[in-house]
Parts: sequence; structure tokens; C-alpha cells
Amino acid sequence: MNASPSMNDIILQVEHLSMKFGGLVAIGDLSFQAKRGEITALIGPNGAGKTTVFNCITGFYKPSEGMITLNRRDGSTYLLERLPNHEIPARAKVARTFQNIRLFSGMTLLENLLVAQHNKLMKASGYTMLGLFGFSSYRKASAESIDLARHWLEKANLVDRADDPAGDLPYGAQRRLEIARAMCTGPELLCLDEPAAGLNPKESAALNALLMDIRDTTSILLIEHDMSVVMQISDHVVVLEYGRKISDGSPQSVRTDPRVIAAYLGVDDEEVETVLTEVGDEDVIEQLDIGPDAAHGPGTSSSFLAGPVTDTIGHSEGERVTVSKGASKAGQVDAKANAAPRKPAERATAKPAGSTAKPRGGRK
Amino acid sequence: MAVTVSPERDVVATPVQRAFREALYAAAIALGLFVLFIGLKTDQNISNELILVQRWGLLAIVVIATAVGRFLYVGYAQPAMERAKAQKAAAPAAAATAPGFIRRNFNQIGVAVLLLYPVAIVLLFGFQGSLKWVDNFGIQILIYVMLAWGLNIVIGLAGLLDLGYVAFYAVGAYAYALLGTHFGLSFWILLPAAGLMAAFWGVMLGFPVLRLRGDYLAIVTLAFGEIIRLVIINWREVTNGSAGISGIPKVSFFGLMSFNVSDPNYIAKVLGIAQSGAYYKIFLYYLILGLCFLTAFVTIRLRRLPVGRAWEALREDEIACRSLGINTTTTKLTAFATGAMFGGFAGSFFAARQGFVSPESFVFLESAIILAIVVLGGMGSLGGIAVAALVMIGGTEILRELDFLKAVFGPDFTPELYRMLLFGMAMVIVMLWKPRGFVGSREPTAFLKERRAVSGSFTKEGHG
Ligand SMILES: Nc1ncnc2c1ncn2[C@@H]1O[C@H](COP(=O)(O)OP(=O)(O)OP(=O)(O)O)[C@@H](O)[C@H]1O
Ligand SMILES: [Mg+2]
Repeated sequence: MNASPSMNDIILQVEHLSMKFGGLVAIGDLSFQAKRGEITALIGPNGAGKTTVFNCITGFYKPSEGMITLNRRDGSTYLLERLPNHEIPARAKVARTFQNIRLFSGMTLLENLLVAQHNKLMKASGYTMLGLFGFSSYRKASAESIDLARHWLEKANLVDRADDPAGDLPYGAQRRLEIARAMCTGPELLCLDEPAAGLNPKESAALNALLMDIRDTTSILLIEHDMSVVMQISDHVVVLEYGRKISDGSPQSVRTDPRVIAAYLGVDDEEVETVLTEVGDEDVIEQLDIGPDAAHGPGTSSSFLAGPVTDTIGHSEGERVTVSKGASKAGQVDAKANAAPRKPAERATAKPAGSTAKPRGGRK
Repeated sequence: MAVTVSPERDVVATPVQRAFREALYAAAIALGLFVLFIGLKTDQNISNELILVQRWGLLAIVVIATAVGRFLYVGYAQPAMERAKAQKAAAPAAAATAPGFIRRNFNQIGVAVLLLYPVAIVLLFGFQGSLKWVDNFGIQILIYVMLAWGLNIVIGLAGLLDLGYVAFYAVGAYAYALLGTHFGLSFWILLPAAGLMAAFWGVMLGFPVLRLRGDYLAIVTLAFGEIIRLVIINWREVTNGSAGISGIPKVSFFGLMSFNVSDPNYIAKVLGIAQSGAYYKIFLYYLILGLCFLTAFVTIRLRRLPVGRAWEALREDEIACRSLGINTTTTKLTAFATGAMFGGFAGSFFAARQGFVSPESFVFLESAIILAIVVLGGMGSLGGIAVAALVMIGGTEILRELDFLKAVFGPDFTPELYRMLLFGMAMVIVMLWKPRGFVGSREPTAFLKERRAVSGSFTKEGHG
């Protein structure tokens, strides 16, 4: 750790983090920093190791190597890889959500948020003893916890449904509730794993509003596939591919980084042309258009941009095309050997890699 | 096109015709099934030869009963149920908004009935006649209510499947029996001691099984129950082995009055009333009732405290719990310890009531019965579990009373032997009719605007 003047501003510092599952290197020598008060986005194609990074930070996995340092506002420092799982939210004040939502579905929304305040309430209830006999100090703390829960329910726009079971909520509301629940632990760093996945545009907007509220008080580490969200709200972007960092910087610099474009095509309409020329247009265009059908004849880039390619790649903002698994695309750009992805693929979670690229548009 | 013919024919046939046909089929199946089971019976005659006893009359009764039952079900019960369902669908709002008086005040009525039960029984049958009703029914059922409520904390709230719960019952009973007979300590000191001892063993069991979930947890807890029983059988110097411990002191009336006829402060002498064994039974009834209320009170309170919410959250999703900073280790251990403590209380009461304990009382079957009561009542619901205990334990006790069944099934029919059959049948029927037990819904522990029960379809049973 170098004692730079910005040390205080760094809330999370990941150094040389590696995570191996048997022979599979899910994360290899990853280092990055997240600044306090910022939204740091962690992006990358499917299987890049983003969720694994989260699991290492929040103690669900013990990293094979590396150091994860968290600096709290009060100056205390925690080495997260050494803390037991449950102490990371409790002491280091790191909260998280899950890629596949994990709510207490049989409990009401309010109860979900009260469970999140467990440690605080446990102390107030004298580790159950005072609470059991109904001491007033506990009753006060309990009322305060309900107020905090109500505060976050209001922020998440869920207060009308406070007494319904969480499992009864629509998908977008469940996402917001999970974030509200994480916020009830009073975190300094909030880790969100694909919060916008599967949301319709209206739900996405509600989510963005909630995130904007949170960002004022809490630093955010965000995994997100939706590039429009990433480009709009994040201050800093870290790009992973096959467990390695391929780019790191401001959204602008990342999105013009040829390594990123190669690994993870996500560009706006008007940029398609420049990007494609930059990355070796002919090959890309040819393959994007014809996909697996090699018999289809090649054409000039302009004619393709006028026709099918714009239909397939560029559409409204927010679409993204991931590349199929294979050798690292970023590495290929580096080597300048073959700059084009072999087979552009639709989002791998939706369909197996190898199908023709298509616009993703708004999700669901 | 042959496929479509039979439904059409069904439509044409009146319900009675259809019922008649179905009844014939049912009779044929019953005949085929039972002709060897019931129609013929192997027996030994006086000269020790194997003979076949023919019971055609009984077979005929069973087959006719099956046919009549099927006829009534298809011809009358089924249409009636369909009509009721259609009516309910037509007027859903009215049915939902007006739960009956009994349902609304179920808890208050239940408490009142429990408090007045011995009084009513004494008035009806007199002191001597009340013995059986207070002891065999009242006390027996309440012991199981308490045990099931204790197990409910572990299974219903925390979602940890514990098949060895009877071990804590045994620990409580032996703690009371040993300390009571050797040191002559009073019940009121030994009750908390037995509870603590059981809680300690709850934690002992908890530690090794923390990492286990689901089936594995169930198997290890089952083994734990057997280990405790085998230790009791084999550790003869202390526990007197399978012969058990007798002469366990009776509970005194808070040290003021005694229930031993020879004592100077025998209750009848103090109060100047006639001697009777019923006083002790009635006192024990109120004692176990008090212990049950204590269990219920603590359970209800704990559910509203962070620890109880953490138990339920653990049942719903353990990983999410950890992501919220809940120490799942201590949470599980407190669930085991609290559940075990109530088991220990019940055990010490059991020892005091029987005056005798032996390993016979703590076999796996007991664990299974307690578990069955919890599942049948609806995991997590105190009212449902109490009703389930009443049905299961009361039902098996009632079977002793049903002498008229002898007239039907012959003089050597002992209804008692069929209690396991009853158990199984009740379980199957209730699980079909209400898959989540009598009370499948869950009361939320806190609310902002209004308290609404959470439907059972959202709650999880837990994996560990
Ligand atoms: N517990 C585990 N055991 C073995 N392999 C794992 C484990 N967890 C993750 N992996 C592997 O690590 C790699 C990275 O997975 P990870 O879930 O972190 O990807 P991701 O970037 O979150 O992808 P997605 O965008 O699909 O969520 C994958 O190849 C995955 O199969
Ligand atoms: Mg992921």
C-alpha cells in the first residue's frame, strides 16, 4: 500500500486477488480500487468471474491468494479475506445483494428489513434477556428499527406492501427490497450483483432512482450487464475477462478501449462504424452478419452498415453482444494477430454462444 | 374415437347410477384385496397343527362396507362437495371476511377450556371418577403439547430437522430422577436444573451438526437420540440400566403442602378434606398447564425478538442471513438449546408425575410422535400443534375406551394395537387435505399497518 494522499478516499482495495476452483482460475491476479462515494462498476462477459469477486469480498469464498482491504469512514481498516463471513457485514460494513434474489420469502417486507438489523437489535435486547422481559430500552430500539425499515421501504417505493410476504412481490420490487434490506444493515460499501437484470424499463427507472438515493451516503460496487446503466451512473469501471482485468478507468476511457470492445462489444449506433474499423472491420462485419453461415458472401463495410449489421448490432442504447468462450479476445487485440471475435454471440445466459448477434434492446 | 365414449356415457348416467357402478368396482377390488387377508386366517389348533380359519362373514362385512362407502361418496358426498365449492367460488368475499366466532377467539376459548377442564370433570364424575380423565387425557396430552412446542422452536422456526428430540426429554427426566432421589432436592430447584442440563446437551448436539443440513442433520440427530438411550441403558451404576429409577419424590405444593398421605402436612389434613389421589393429579394438571403456558409465552416473545426472527430467517435462507451479518452458528445453537430446554422441563415433569423412569419411555417412536404432531399441526403454529396433540394423543387414548369395537371385530380385538394405524391414517389424510398442517399460514411478527397472515405457500421448511 502506498501512502498516496488519496488513501483516505479509497474504501476498497483489492490486491493480487486470485481464486482457483480446482484447476479453474476464476480470478487471476486481480487488483483494483474503489473510491469512497463513487459507483464502481465491475463488468465483463458471462463467466468472467465478477460474482466470484463479490463472493471473495463478502467472505463467501476464501481467496486462494491476495489481499482485500476495506477502510471505514472512522479510519479503521479491515482485511476482509481474514474476517469470518458474517462479520464482514457486521464489522466491516459491507452489504451485498445476490444475482439470484435471496429474500426471506415467507416473511413480510417489514420483517425482511428487521432481520437485516439483527446485530443492532440483538445488542439492544441484551442478547434476548432484556427483550424477553419487555424492558423499555429494547422497545425503543425496536421502534427505531421499524422507523428505519419504513424509511427504506419509502425509498424503495414499497411502503404500501410492507405487510405482504416478500415472495408475493413482482420481480422488480423484489430486487429493490433486497437492496433496501442490504441498506438496513447500515453499510459503507454496497455490492450489487446485476440489480437491473430482468427488469422492465419502468422497474429499471425505479431502481435507478433508488441507487441515486443510496449513492449519496454509500459507496457502491456494481456488477451490471446493461451498458446504458453502467455508462450512465458509474464513476469508474473495471472490466474483467476470464478472471483477469483487461481495463480500468472512467466509463469514457473504458468504452473506447479496443481490448474492451473486442471482449465485450457494447457500443452505440453512431459508434459502430468507428469501432468496427478500429477493431478490424471487414472480419467483424462479415462474421457478425453471416454468423455460422459461411457461405454468405462478404461485402463492403458501408453496405453492411446500411443494412443488416445496424439491425443486428446497433439499436437503442443498452444493447450488448458478448463473445463466445474461447481464447481471450482482449489478448487477441493485444497480439494484433486477429482482431475480430470469431463468433459473435448473443448474451450467453439467454442462449448458448455461437448464435448470430442480435439486438438485445430492453430486457424482458 | 373409443376414448371419447366413456366420458359421454358418464355425462348421461345420473350420479346414482354412476355411484352404483363405482360401488361395484370398489367391492370387486376390495374382494380381490382382502380375500386372502381377511377371508382366510392361519391358526394353530389344540394339537399344534396349522389350520385355516375361514372368515367369510367378516370378509362380506368389509366388502359391503367398502361398496356402501364408495356408493355414498360418489353418489352424495362428491356432488355435495362440488356444490359447496361452486358456492364458495360464487361468494368468495363473504366467506373470507367473516371467520366464525370460534375461529376468531380460538386462543381465548382454548385457554378457558384448559383452565376449566379439571373443574368440569370433577363436577361430572366426582373426584374418584375424574382421575382417568385428568391424568390419561389432560396431563398426557399437555406433556405432548409442551414437547411439540419445544420441538417446534427447532423445526418449525429454525427449520432444523431434529429426529432425536426425545434425548432431551430423557436428559430432563433422568436429571430430575437422579438428583431428586440422591439429594432429595425439591422439584422447584430441579426443574430449572433439568432444563439447563438439557439445554447444555442441546448445545453439545448442536456443535457437531452445525455443518450438516437436511437428511444428514436428521440422521445425526436420530443417532444422538439413540446414543443417549443406550448410555442410560448401559451406565448401570448411575442409571440402574433398563430397570429404571423408581421412588422419585413427588412434587410438593410449593413446599407448603405435600401429596404424600403419610406426611404431616398432607393436603387433605391441612385443608380438612377427604383423602383422594385426585388432588395430586389435578395439581399436576395445572402444573403442566403452567409449563405449557410458559413455553407458549416464551415462544411468542422470542419470535418477536431478533433471535426469533433470525431463526425464521435461517429457515428461509441461510446464505442471505450470513450476508446480513447474522452469526448462523450461534443462532442455530440457541435454537437447539432453547428447544432442548423445554424438552428438559417436560422430562422432569414426566419423572415427577410417573415416579418412575426407564429407558423404555425414550425410544425413537416418541421422537417420531412428537415430530408427527408438529408437522400435523403446522410448523411454527402453536394453536395448530396443540390441536394436533389433542387429536393424536387424545385419539389413541380414546381407542382404549372404544369397547364397542370389540362387538364389531370380535372379542380379541384390542383397539390400542391399532393406534399406529390411526396415526398413519390421520397423517395421510391431513397431509392430503392440508399439506402444511392444520394451520399452514404464518403470523408475521411485526407490522406497519395491519397484521395479515402469510400464506403457507411462501414459507419454506428449511434445509438443515
Ligand atoms: N463454487 C464454484 N465452484 C467452481 N467453479 C465456480 C464456482 N463459482 C464460480 N465458478 C466458476 O468461476 C467462473 C466465474 O464465475 P462467476 O459466477 O464469477 O461469473 P460472472 O462473471 O458472475 O458471470 P455472470 O455474468 O454469468 O454472472 C465460471 O467459470 C464459474 O463456472
Ligand atoms: Mg455473476
